[in-house]
Amino acid sequence: MNTYEKDQKNVALKLHYDIANDDFSRAGEASSKIKKMLKQLAIDANIVRRVAIATYEAEINLVIHSNGGNIEVFIKSDCIEIYVEDCGPGIENIDLAMTKGFSTATNVAREMGFGAGMGLPNMEKMSDAFIIESELGAGTNIKMIVRYET
Amino acid sequence: MEKTYWHSVVLEKDYCNGCTHCLDRCPTQAIRIVDHKAKIIESRCIDCGECLKVCPYHAKGALVSNLDIIKKFKYTVALPAISFYGQFPIEYEMNTIYNALLELGFDEVYDLAHAAELLSVYENSILDKANLSKPMISTYCPVITRLIQIRFPALIDHIIKLEAPMEIAARAIKKRLISEGHESDDIGIIYITPCPAKVTSIKNPIGLSKSFIDEAISTEEIYYKVMKIIDKVEAKKRLQISTGKGIGWGRVGGQSYAMEIEDYIAVDGIEEVIKVLESMELGKLESLNFFEGYACVNGCVGGPLNVENTFIGKNRIRKLTNFYGMNEPINIDIELIPENMEWDLPIKPMPIFKLDKDFKKALEKMSQIEELTQKLPGVNCGACGAPTCRVLAEDIVNGFAKFEDCIFMKKDKGGQGYVG
Repeated sequence: MNTYEKDQKNVALKLHYDIANDDFSRAGEASSKIKKMLKQLAIDANIVRRVAIATYEAEINLVIHSNGGNIEVFIKSDCIEIYVEDCGPGIENIDLAMTKGFSTATNVAREMGFGAGMGLPNMEKMSDAFIIESELGAGTNIKMIVRYET
Repeated sequence: MEKTYWHSVVLEKDYCNGCTHCLDRCPTQAIRIVDHKAKIIESRCIDCGECLKVCPYHAKGALVSNLDIIKKFKYTVALPAISFYGQFPIEYEMNTIYNALLELGFDEVYDLAHAAELLSVYENSILDKANLSKPMISTYCPVITRLIQIRFPALIDHIIKLEAPMEIAARAIKKRLISEGHESDDIGIIYITPCPAKVTSIKNPIGLSKSFIDEAISTEEIYYKVMKIIDKVEAKKRLQISTGKGIGWGRVGGQSYAMEIEDYIAVDGIEEVIKVLESMELGKLESLNFFEGYACVNGCVGGPLNVENTFIGKNRIRKLTNFYGMNEPINIDIELIPENMEWDLPIKPMPIFKLDKDFKKALEKMSQIEELTQKLPGVNCGACGAPTCRVLAEDIVNGFAKFEDCIFMKKDKGGQGYVG
């Protein structure tokens, strides 16, 4: 499974959040809601933490870099799948974007404490499987899987 | 298995008129209004005392003993909380105040600030060795420890498993008194407390099988009794023994200051603490070495059972810290070994928010909650008795409330809606 594709099989619960770009005052709200719900489901604290970090970084990325997008979380019996989609602008060089410390964040975002260049690397670090696809002018899709047991 | 805890924070029903002040403030959503009276869900309460502070009718109280309790014991030791330093006008010397406690009937008084300074020395010596995730979290405020158990279980690995100064002192004193020939049952070690959470810690300790403290009396009760006699008290004994390093523990940041830590944050007020713990959970604060957090504004000096305004108290503690000196050497009279300083039991998560033990059932409930939340108005008015619409949805799914409890839904069904 190396291409981005939503796996609709055996989804026990589906969560969907639309994220607007540049909406810094709400940045972090969706991931915070996701975290709260996972805790109520009594999912292991460390799994919750990993999903929380992955979705938080994704959410911040959507706010800073995208023209708007959404996060979907599929809760399954053996894992949690996170899908992040946006409608542009797309990433020119994915390898470079995945490098720790690399960021194209604007000065405004940096002044707010974002743009340390750790978003994508952190997302990859938190997930058991990580797929990223991007097309300039079209958008970026990311799939992350966090398994309950590895 | 639901473990029930003894709680210090209680509701005095006669005074409660069913308003929603406390509903809003409770950080663990432990309060509901049922039949026009607030009800505390015991398994959720962390004894922070927020409801106690905010109640305009003084319908919330703290279970503490009164001074008569000392008659129960043959030999009593008073352990006034460190924030006691901030309660009295500055012209009364702390040593005189401690001597006044002897006049009130205690056989001994122990300066807890001294136990705190000893703990600072010990804490500093283990910081580098402690195999803990950073930032390390201070456990001085028991509310924050319980908050982490309930809401931030992933942060349990950050907690430094050290006893509070009151337990370190009580343990050492009890040992000494027994070695001097007192019967264990005759000894009453009595904490003078600024907060209900410390009382709960005595009855249900975290990290300790049994507390060495026997009873707790509120600072409020002792304060007025001391003030009545203070002008006649002669300071016969040297009881105030701490340097500024221990006294500073009475206010937020004092602990980090005493330990001379460079990279720390000290946060007060439970809502602010929650925000910081949220970012810590996301791994945003890994560059810090140490975190101290307090439920009350300004730390222990803001405890709900104190007398003085928290900012006045904080200012006094700051002055006294300077007066007693930060550079003075600390007299080490309790051996700095783990048995004297550390907890003997692990801290466990308390996932009280989980919807069901069974994952599938929990998922089903979650879907229902999501669906219900969409239908409810989302105004979080509290009229149904739950703090938010979402909590009402949770209560409905768990069978504790009905959809019709929502006054807006009543109106939709031809009910009366708001009636003045």
